[in-house]
Amino acid sequence: MSDATHAPSGQPIDPRTAYPQVFAVPPLQRLRNRGIIVAIAAALAFALWWTGFFDLERLVTGASKLGWLLQFMFPPAHNGWLGEFSLALAETLAMAFFGTLLAFVIAVPVGFLGAKNVIPNWLFHFSLRRTLDGIRGIDTLIWALIFVNVVGLGPFAGILAIAVADVGVLSKLFAEAIENVDRRQIEGVRATGAGRVQTMRFGILPQVLPVILSNTLYFFESNTRSATILGVVGAGGIGQQLSDRIRVNNWDEVMFIVLMILATVYVIDIISRNLRVRIIGRQDPRP
Amino acid sequence: MTSMTDGADEAVSRFNATRRAAERVRRRQTLLFGGLFALAFAASVHVGEVRPDRLVEGIGGLFNYIDRTLPKATGDGLIADAREWYWGLGRWLLMLFDTVVIAFLATTIGAAIGFALCFAASRNLVQSGLIVFTSRRLLEIARAVPELVYALIFVFAFGIGPLAGVLAIAIHTIGALGKLFSEVNENIDTKPIEGIRAVGGNWFQVVRYGVVPQVLPNFVSYSLLRFEINVRSAAIIGFVGAGGIGQELYLVIRQFIYADISALVILIVLTVSAIDLVCERLRHRLIGQESLR
Repeated sequence: MSDATHAPSGQPIDPRTAYPQVFAVPPLQRLRNRGIIVAIAAALAFALWWTGFFDLERLVTGASKLGWLLQFMFPPAHNGWLGEFSLALAETLAMAFFGTLLAFVIAVPVGFLGAKNVIPNWLFHFSLRRTLDGIRGIDTLIWALIFVNVVGLGPFAGILAIAVADVGVLSKLFAEAIENVDRRQIEGVRATGAGRVQTMRFGILPQVLPVILSNTLYFFESNTRSATILGVVGAGGIGQQLSDRIRVNNWDEVMFIVLMILATVYVIDIISRNLRVRIIGRQDPRP
Repeated sequence: MTSMTDGADEAVSRFNATRRAAERVRRRQTLLFGGLFALAFAASVHVGEVRPDRLVEGIGGLFNYIDRTLPKATGDGLIADAREWYWGLGRWLLMLFDTVVIAFLATTIGAAIGFALCFAASRNLVQSGLIVFTSRRLLEIARAVPELVYALIFVFAFGIGPLAGVLAIAIHTIGALGKLFSEVNENIDTKPIEGIRAVGGNWFQVVRYGVVPQVLPNFVSYSLLRFEINVRSAAIIGFVGAGGIGQELYLVIRQFIYADISALVILIVLTVSAIDLVCERLRHRLIGQESLR
């Protein structure tokens, strides 16, 4: 018995040793693979050098300074500022809540306008979508800095920053949800003689409302996180207190504020997750 | 005959009672959530210093502001105007390069350490609940604190410059990617693992030959996604002095150099979108290869 896979003795042949040319990586591909690895390693070495990781002295002084301030962080203490911190946290939550609400109120109509099946004009669709892309490309913190210039320091600048940044994302998500609705329900409503607005209200809205609401809640969660840092540029909330404490070296208070932020974000996550489950059932809208 | 109508009446009244009860529950819930919402709304309006006139002022002010940042045509021709608008292009491109380098390095460091930690945080790979619990909490701490807070602290320790930015974004990336990686690990096919165990492989061999080949494409795809996010973070981390183009943007916004604001924002948006496009291509190729196998 002797064929391609068995030796005359009947023993199976290891195909790798019997047919090395079949398993060999083609030279061109091998060259490419090695090239990719070398390129990545070179880029990494360059990036390390470029950003100052080879400056050992700086690394060592930095690390020792970091260890030093970590010591000062424990035990965390509020040193009598608990009232101010709580108020700042409330401000943060208010910014996240009202900012998300404002974004929601603007994004629902914009999302309807941006859906291809509601307004089937490609030029309008294209320009609206590109405008939204542009808004989305600018980070909330940049918007916050701009709104501090426009409306002055304080939580209101943060609210507007969150609202504008989120309109870009939420409108796009809403428009996509509306584009993906089931056509049969729309046709059913239209067959009863409904007008354009009635078709939207009874044909489209019930299908997309759970997606819209759960996404909005998701953004409220993530806005609570981003609202904590907007104060760094003067847009209200706990970030202001935090950056002030870092500037004046009060590390125990820094740690206290960080812990307060973590606890708040955790609680908001739980509340919002429960609400989401109530609205859409157990599945998560995102991977 | 009468008994039949009696039965029907009874059914109808039972239905009505159930319906009324359901309506009552619903009304109570609507009232409760509506009340809570109204309360939250009132509180946020009060604490957030929201007033209708300020709202109008804010929106109007934004359009005014955007209008002011747009370059003015001077009559010297389009090219001269563009040159005037982007007078600092060379310097800005260098800062953008800085930004991308920060994001690249932070993503690589974060992905490498996240990779090292993710197996210990996967419940299907580690028997000891203590190890899983500890590594998960570590990842959670790394992820829960915003990058900008890390950046503030690192700028204090390491001084102004991209080093602080890389470290800040890298720590956040460790937490975010480590969690995603461990979730990928928990969803893998267990047969290869059992196979490696059956031939006597130890824990490292199980991970190397049973887990890694299954999860690597997903890991790379998640890391690319994170790179896109990190480019955005690296562009703003300069607000607190941690390197990148954010430092310049902060300066020109604070000093009301209007034309430079629009020039820089457009540069940032273009760079971010270009990187998104490239990464999306790469991700699709990775996932496409995977589905062909």
